[in-house]
Amino acid sequence: MAKIDELYDRLDREARESGYNLNPDREFTRELVDGLIVNTERYGYPSCPCRLASGDRDRDMDIICPCDYRDPDLNEYGSCYCALYVSGEIAAGKAEAGSIPERRPPEEERAPKAAGKVPGVGLSHPVWRCSVCGYLCARDDPPERCPICKVDRDRFRRFM
Amino acid sequence: MSMSSRFAADPDGITLYALSTCVWCRKTRRLLDSLGVDYTLIEVDLLSPEERDEANEEVRRWNPVSNFPVLVINARHAILGFREAEIRSALG
Repeated sequence: MAKIDELYDRLDREARESGYNLNPDREFTRELVDGLIVNTERYGYPSCPCRLASGDRDRDMDIICPCDYRDPDLNEYGSCYCALYVSGEIAAGKAEAGSIPERRPPEEERAPKAAGKVPGVGLSHPVWRCSVCGYLCARDDPPERCPICKVDRDRFRRFM
Repeated sequence: MSMSSRFAADPDGITLYALSTCVWCRKTRRLLDSLGVDYTLIEVDLLSPEERDEANEEVRRWNPVSNFPVLVINARHAILGFREAEIRSALG
């Protein structure tokens, strides 16, 4: 149980610091945090508790929590797919989180891992984009962790 | 029908495809239990890799994006996600 509390507290703190909110239903959220711990032990990374992981980090990259779909789902439905992260309105108890449709495309339609078009516009540095929150930075390599949403370096894609 | 998988939905009952870590799946199980419904539970993430692929094929018949839970009634009708009202009206 101590492990759950420890991760819960860290996720809660990081969410608040970056303008995100964990689901205020503490029991519900603790069950999801437990799922993240189980998946980290099982696969080596905190894959989404509500989705089936392949066990291959590259194939599961888009569903490592926080997933690539969290922010668009927060904007459209007020919560991520699991409802671990919720909108300010739901966090304040003015609305309730529910089961939402899956935004992740079927495997055969998922974008290849490589970045899209990279225009060579003579910039002094490449620009990297966080695939979770959209944070952009111009530097030789992406940061070790996204300073906004705290995901690891391998979630960054070359943007320009 | 050709070869039928051991993970195929029960033609004469309720089959719940779920993940052991998924909270919406747990909510669905609690609802089914509270309704006193008998069902076959298949926790896809707890299967071996080969079994998981086989079970996932069955899930995709009902739900091409293969998200969970998938509740299949008599191998004819599927309810995707924790849709409490829909589950109650189908089984209550």
